[in-house]
Amino acid sequence: MSGHSPEEIKLERKRYLTVFIVLIIGTILTVGASYIELPTFALTVALALFIASIKGFFVAGYFMHLMDEKKMIYGIMGATVFFVIGLMVLTIWASGDPIPNTIYP
Amino acid sequence: MEIPYVSEPRKDTGLYNAKVGIWLFLASEVMLFGGFFSAYILLRVGAVEGTWPTELLNVPIGTFNTLVLIISSVTVVMAWSALKLKNFQQYRIYQGITILCAATFLGVKTFEYRDKFTHYDVVMTNGTRVDGHLVEKTDDHIVLSHPVSYPAEKGIAYRPTAIALMEEGEGAEHGGSEADAHVEGAEGEEAHAEEHSDGHGHDMTIAMSDIEKMTNWGPWANTYFAIYFTMTFLHGLHVLGGALLIAYYWGPGAKMWKTDPERYTNRVEVSGLFWHFVDLVWIFLFPILYLL
Repeated sequence: MSGHSPEEIKLERKRYLTVFIVLIIGTILTVGASYIELPTFALTVALALFIASIKGFFVAGYFMHLMDEKKMIYGIMGATVFFVIGLMVLTIWASGDPIPNTIYP
Repeated sequence: MEIPYVSEPRKDTGLYNAKVGIWLFLASEVMLFGGFFSAYILLRVGAVEGTWPTELLNVPIGTFNTLVLIISSVTVVMAWSALKLKNFQQYRIYQGITILCAATFLGVKTFEYRDKFTHYDVVMTNGTRVDGHLVEKTDDHIVLSHPVSYPAEKGIAYRPTAIALMEEGEGAEHGGSEADAHVEGAEGEEAHAEEHSDGHGHDMTIAMSDIEKMTNWGPWANTYFAIYFTMTFLHGLHVLGGALLIAYYWGPGAKMWKTDPERYTNRVEVSGLFWHFVDLVWIFLFPILYLL
């Protein structure tokens, strides 16, 4: 984070409480959304993961100060995100496997 | 020789050693959990359609634990910022709440695990499948409480439908104690299961001679429970590790506050970063295991 003067810290603390409320609302929404009948199961999954990602963004961005971090940390996490996306997406995209229900039937 | 950048940041990176260290460690942790999430996705999309079990976990309990972790996450940052404001007493209070939250989370998780390990799935010789909590086991019979039964060939994914049908039946004719949903799959074959109400819901007595197969809902029960226990146990170990670390700094490790407050504050920040990561993992574990 940028500054550590008492005034800045006090401002940060207000932000933490706002994020806390956002996370509580996010949790209620996640549970609530799971009871809504959506046309397809894929939409239900997308909605649940969308809300989870928003909650994750707030935790990583504000509680872990990733919104305002040093370049080197962005470098480390950027590389990690790249490989995680590969891990998640490439196997699902793979079209030559006998695994059913992937993107390519 | 003194180790440089233990508490003061290096000029070119603007970071102290432990900060780089924890982020590198978290990067490897992301890959570790990423591997499990990827495994989960493939197990789930690769499962034969209509066979993936759902609604086996208690959503209110899972929601409660999610809220506990969120509270602990905010107390961790508040504790760290209290140190930044040189308010050690307030730090102790916030971090004390964090430790209590961690203990609550692990206690609830243990309760959930125990609930699963005492829940038995029984396939009967007449083709009926019954599951419920094992309340009694003798040489010639077992007693299951709150039994749910359906034809064995339908598989565990059919369970929520079976529950809905049972509830519908009970609501329609109020014949709960004599509900015969459990012999649905019997097809005329003799079944010795007896259901009776004891005021705490239904119990079902099943003769040992009628049992073909019996397993509890441990990690060996099915693919879902295998990945559920693997992921939540690994996460639970992280909660335990993080809590021990935070408790160490809260207790004996707090001596450093007097000798090197800046380094101590950095240690608390680093343990906090780990804690937030643990919270972050749960944010994704909760919907995929409990809700979807």
